[in-house]
Amino acid sequence: MSFLEQAFIYLAAAVVMVPVAKRLGLGSVIGYLIAGIVIGPFGLGFIGGTAEVGGDDIMHVAEFGVVMMLFVVGLELEPERLWRLRSPILGMGGAQVVGTALLVTATVAALGIDWRAATVIGMALSMSSTAIVLQSLSERSLLRTSGGQSAFSVLLFQDIAVIPMLAIIPLLATHGAPGSSDSSHATSWVAGMPGWAQTLAVIGAVAAVGIGGRFVVRPAFRAIARTRLRELFTAAALLLVVGTALLMTRVGLSPALGTFLAGVVLATSEFRHELQGDIEPFKGLLLGLFFIAVGSTIDFAYLASHPLLIAGLVLGIIALKAIVLFAIGYAFRLSRDQRMLFTVALPQVGEFAFVLLAFAAQAGVIGGDVSRPLIATVALTMALAPLLFVLNERVLQPWLGQCAETGPHRPSDAQDDGSPVLIAGFGSFGSTVGRFLRASGIRTTVLDVDSDRVDALRSMGMEVYYGDATRLELLHTAGAERARVLVLALDSPERTLELVRLAREHFPHLVIMARAFEWDDSHELLDVGVTHVYREALDASVRMGSDVLGVLGFRAHQAHRAGQKFRKHDEESIRALTARRGDRREYVGAVRRRMAALEELMQIDSASRNLDADSGWDSQTLREEIRRRPTLG
Amino acid sequence: MRILVLFAHPALEKSRVHKRLLAAVDGIAGVTVHDLYESFPDGDIDIGHEQSLLEANDLIIQQHPFYWYSTPPLLKQWHDLVLEHGWAYGAEGRKLDGKYMLSAISTGGGPDAYLRGGYNYFTIRELLAPIEQTARLCRMNYLAPYVIYGTHRMDEPAIDAAAAGYRRLVQGLAGDRIDLGAAAKAESLNDVVG
Repeated sequence: MSFLEQAFIYLAAAVVMVPVAKRLGLGSVIGYLIAGIVIGPFGLGFIGGTAEVGGDDIMHVAEFGVVMMLFVVGLELEPERLWRLRSPILGMGGAQVVGTALLVTATVAALGIDWRAATVIGMALSMSSTAIVLQSLSERSLLRTSGGQSAFSVLLFQDIAVIPMLAIIPLLATHGAPGSSDSSHATSWVAGMPGWAQTLAVIGAVAAVGIGGRFVVRPAFRAIARTRLRELFTAAALLLVVGTALLMTRVGLSPALGTFLAGVVLATSEFRHELQGDIEPFKGLLLGLFFIAVGSTIDFAYLASHPLLIAGLVLGIIALKAIVLFAIGYAFRLSRDQRMLFTVALPQVGEFAFVLLAFAAQAGVIGGDVSRPLIATVALTMALAPLLFVLNERVLQPWLGQCAETGPHRPSDAQDDGSPVLIAGFGSFGSTVGRFLRASGIRTTVLDVDSDRVDALRSMGMEVYYGDATRLELLHTAGAERARVLVLALDSPERTLELVRLAREHFPHLVIMARAFEWDDSHELLDVGVTHVYREALDASVRMGSDVLGVLGFRAHQAHRAGQKFRKHDEESIRALTARRGDRREYVGAVRRRMAALEELMQIDSASRNLDADSGWDSQTLREEIRRRPTLG
Repeated sequence: MRILVLFAHPALEKSRVHKRLLAAVDGIAGVTVHDLYESFPDGDIDIGHEQSLLEANDLIIQQHPFYWYSTPPLLKQWHDLVLEHGWAYGAEGRKLDGKYMLSAISTGGGPDAYLRGGYNYFTIRELLAPIEQTARLCRMNYLAPYVIYGTHRMDEPAIDAAAAGYRRLVQGLAGDRIDLGAAAKAESLNDVVG
């Protein structure tokens, strides 16, 4: 098959299957895996046939996606963020990875598998799927809850833990490993050296990346940025990743490790976002390719002949990981429902497991007989991950909520009170609205997904319901029938729209007042007919602009009036843009869309009336008339 | 006398006359200039602060352009909010008792416009009757206004002259060199300072 034919098949499979999987709420990783299954030897049979990870040309290209993924992971590891989260990362993350890995390793070794392979399996299975978990949490606006933050910290620790794991695996390898010889990677400089010399070479290469990244790469990027040739910057970014990967393979190390380090070194540089933006599309595509390849190697013949083994493995792994997570949640004093969220968020095995298993297979630490069931198992746990979230949402949380509701310390449902205002979302935005209304003597009922916050607010005597405001029952419970205003202060534009639709359908009498984030979602809210739209940054940024005028020496009142006028002008402009926006929003990316909106707004700005147009306080026309006809004055 | 210049101009950045008037009285001993639009650009007046300023002074000069025969809106709001019942007027309201008040205003029209048969039909003192009565109700002594006429046609030397006159007036009042009885009865204070 020619390269173009192969590319066509892979791309077609991805383009068809990924949207379907996303539509089904399964996420893109599962979509790629399914695409791989469909075109693989057990589906349509377009590709593969070797049923061995790493057996195919495309696979080698695809593995580079993992390399790029680690580069981007490294870029995202801002030191300050790590420092801020150091105790949950080290505490919860460390406990999760070490605990799970030890338990799995012990179990596997007890089953009679070689301890080296057992170690690899333990490490691989301790990983969770960053892609799936972050996606699922942010889709549900749960990232900022304490359970969500804990999950995020654990994922960060796993990201970092991959690096030592990748370094350990070659040390576990027995010499003359099969797979390393047929690898397409460049020949190693250190092949044949004893283990300690290899380790020394590894340390040297790591140091080279660290020092080079700081003292060579940054000045080079500065010079390249000055050429203002975008494609050259992209080329340089790719060169950096490819070069680092090459260096690492030469010293017999994982290229992923090297690029990860390069990413970390550059995480504090001014080019961080630029690099991320340049590498991201390549990473996404190649990683997709990687997952397709993994999907195509899922051995269905094996699955069909060992259904009980696989089912047992899947359930066993999820159960074991869940128990570890639950214990950690308990030890770190997460409240009951947050502990539950934390537990259901992370028990799947993640994409790093594929990487580690493929790497270990290449190094000859594990054989096909071990990796075959494991890869299928890992893929299945990932497929189940979104279902666990649904289970948590539909069954576990309502059940916990009921338990809590009947507890002696909770106030009973005040069905009769009838607050005129419902506030959905009590983060910084919603809480300010709520405090203001409360100070103005208006009773409000709050719906929030952060149970810690709910508890705190309740103890202050506020009417707060825990739960997802986009659930109809909760709106009923909170008294949406009797309320007059629904304040939407959720953290995500998607959920805001969802709730608008729900409220429109079931509580048409409610006046909906919605927080918006960007021009984009303001447009969408206006499109669906919400008239009270509040772009969250608008007032503060205009106020700041007006204060800048003040610092520059403008009269306070002039600056104030200019700010007032600009705010109104901006809101009118948004409405005008909404009217003529049409359908192109489907076709261009969010960034391009924002730029286009900004451009149009600035055109409207320059065409519109002067902000300084209070002519009544100083009428030029009056002065001119008096000069012409002196009798007037 | 300690003097409070209560200054109100919504668009001082465009003004030619009031900038100069303000500069002319700036720094005179015993004179406090209080710029209302600069202090309360959003119209949210700090009532307690304003009342303590009033208590600390003996003469209140309301300096402003004479928009539509009245004060700029913020000064009207200031009257409404600061001159509270029970504080400024009413049986218990005696905080302003015996203090003095005058208006220093600029008008677009010339002196001839403020006459019977003139463009504005009424005299300046007639048109200022609501302010005069406000002062009376607060048991204050109302003095004749200082008026800068014809600002629409004023050239620079004329503005200089008006500013210098205003400065002499305020200095005279601050130094107690002006006959307050006569100042209360005059049509305007323009003649007092020449």
